[in-house]
Amino acid sequence: MDYLDHLEAEAIYILREVAGQFEKPALLFSGGKDSITLVHLAEKAFRPGKFPFPLVHIDTGHNFPETIEFRDRLVARLGEKLIVGHVQDSIDAGKVVEQKGKNASRNPLQTVTLLDTIAEHGFDACIGGARRDEEKARAKERIFSVRDEFGQWDPKRQRPELWNIYNGRIHKGENVRVFPISNWTELDVWNYIRRENIDLPSIYFSHERDVITRNGQLMAAAEFLNMDHEDVIEYRKVRFRTVGDMTCTAAVPSEAYHIDDIIEEIRQSKISERGARMDDKVSEAAMEDRKKGGYF
Amino acid sequence: MDLLKFITAGSVDDGKSTLIGRLLYDTNSVLDDQLEAIQRANRKNNDGTLDLAILTDGLKAEREQGITIDVAYKYFQTEKRKFIIADAPGHIQYTRNMVTGASNSDLAIILIDARKGVIEQTRRHSFIVSLLGIPNVLVCVNKMDMVDYDQAVFDKIKSDYERLVLNLRIKQVDYVPVSALKGDNIASKSTNTSWYSGKSLLDFLETVEVNHTTANKQARFPVQWVIRPQSEELPDYRGYAGRVVGGTFAVGDRVVALPSEVSSTITRIELAANDLDVASDGASVIIHLADDIDISRGDMLVKQDEQPSVSKQFEAEICWMDSKPLDINQFYLIQQHGKTAKVKIQDIIYRVNIETLEQSAAVDLGLNDIGKIQFKSADSLAFDSYVANKTNGGAILIDLRNNLTVAALMITESLD
Repeated sequence: MDYLDHLEAEAIYILREVAGQFEKPALLFSGGKDSITLVHLAEKAFRPGKFPFPLVHIDTGHNFPETIEFRDRLVARLGEKLIVGHVQDSIDAGKVVEQKGKNASRNPLQTVTLLDTIAEHGFDACIGGARRDEEKARAKERIFSVRDEFGQWDPKRQRPELWNIYNGRIHKGENVRVFPISNWTELDVWNYIRRENIDLPSIYFSHERDVITRNGQLMAAAEFLNMDHEDVIEYRKVRFRTVGDMTCTAAVPSEAYHIDDIIEEIRQSKISERGARMDDKVSEAAMEDRKKGGYF
Repeated sequence: MDLLKFITAGSVDDGKSTLIGRLLYDTNSVLDDQLEAIQRANRKNNDGTLDLAILTDGLKAEREQGITIDVAYKYFQTEKRKFIIADAPGHIQYTRNMVTGASNSDLAIILIDARKGVIEQTRRHSFIVSLLGIPNVLVCVNKMDMVDYDQAVFDKIKSDYERLVLNLRIKQVDYVPVSALKGDNIASKSTNTSWYSGKSLLDFLETVEVNHTTANKQARFPVQWVIRPQSEELPDYRGYAGRVVGGTFAVGDRVVALPSEVSSTITRIELAANDLDVASDGASVIIHLADDIDISRGDMLVKQDEQPSVSKQFEAEICWMDSKPLDINQFYLIQQHGKTAKVKIQDIIYRVNIETLEQSAAVDLGLNDIGKIQFKSADSLAFDSYVANKTNGGAILIDLRNNLTVAALMITESLD
């Protein structure tokens, strides 16, 4: 069996385990390539039936317009339910406070909106597109990752996960984060997208746009970035290698217009995918700390 | 391109993390920003070279203590193969983590410190590898630089290890002398060991033939989910979704649903709207049958002439994984694939001392204990022996009170 067939079969198996083990699962959809790949795998797992879960998008309000358009088009084609949790609602309700200053981002605020959305709908499992190759704390996380009633991950108390057996039993109030593409690398995802001809938002491919340079990274010029006179806007040929919201996702200069170019670019790259994520640069254990707090 | 999953067993003292770091580094799998992070953390070896161990120790507690606690999965690929490393801790108090990592590996790298030779830890790791049914072992005799690359040291360790595996179920053992720190025989052959005629570690990993084919396994298809759209276009569609865990199924095969033992014929096999003639081991597919029979999640389709043991009583090898010991007066839940049932442990047949491999009587089993038990299930279960089919012979026990996974079971035989 080719390794992509193996990874695909494993992910489909995991998605079906979620369907079989949980009362009210959800698929967390960010509009990025990993969650788009998950949706494609869900079609393979459950068609011609309906998905046994809705798609859930936690929207910071600072997303790329291209991502939102793509999301709405995809949902319309699928005929599946979409639930959107708005970070703006959490801010309006006084549950979180917007960061101030130039590097303000709503990325950390998402955790509260996510946990509220989980509680409101009573989700007992949330499927996510995180991969173990992304980050060293993620390399330690289980495929079925149990979170306590506060949404917290406890890396020291993880359940042993053997063979193809996933123990999703939880008490009320707890929930499980499930990562069907844990064993995929960035390159695997791109090779799979090419093989399966999966449609992606245009910002993954090279295009020209206004950017500014912040902390050595190219950021899309947008009102949310609290720009001032020190920010010099340049018109550059760029693409996005990972897609979070506009405040935490940096662009890379690129001439990759087609998927073959992207795959070649990643092969040659000397910087990891999350190197373009401002949220990971906070500290050595930034991801571990956020996961302990309830992050994806 | 195919995939090789392997586990590395050994402790930090043996240079395990350094070995993995070296493999990643020498295959250009470490990127600039990750190297920068190592430099930022300012971890250096005594000779001033970068401490590659930090690449694998992902948790704060691990970096603080300088030990591996939990299994970490690492990924790299070369022109020839794609690899998944399960980097497991070597200390005895983390035996359960090694068992976890070993459950999904096709090959094990056992690290031996050239200065120390075969020690108790080597025996323990090899026993776990054998217990979990990993067919191939590669013994890496590490720190050869510390013994002046002496062939006699290597040969002695090799003959000691050959004796050690005599009583184990390991099918194939190979040996390579390395220095993870200096890079000898990792990505390429070293001139320091001119007496060694074998392959470098990477060359070996790229070319080793691993016995994870299942030509001789019987066909098993645990049903995970029944697809019934009940829509206007597909009012009568009924497909059984699941993953083949051994053997192959073809359209036209006579099959039996277990535990009901009702038989039917496969009329169609689908993978994402494409019809297949055959579904082979590992494939996630949808199977259609000629007859409308009652099959639901937890049931298993098997070929009529290749049936597993269907029983309520089994014997199994066990690794206890919870800090609360096994309580023989309590019910547990067994989970095999997506099937669960209440079980009672009827007898602890023995406990193994995993350093001497001696068996002795036991009244309970504690954290990291390995032994053999007999259990009785409330429902009929369809198991193969673990030796015949890992995926259909393995199961876990769950504590009903706190839902924790408390044990790994490797079925040895049915008792009915």
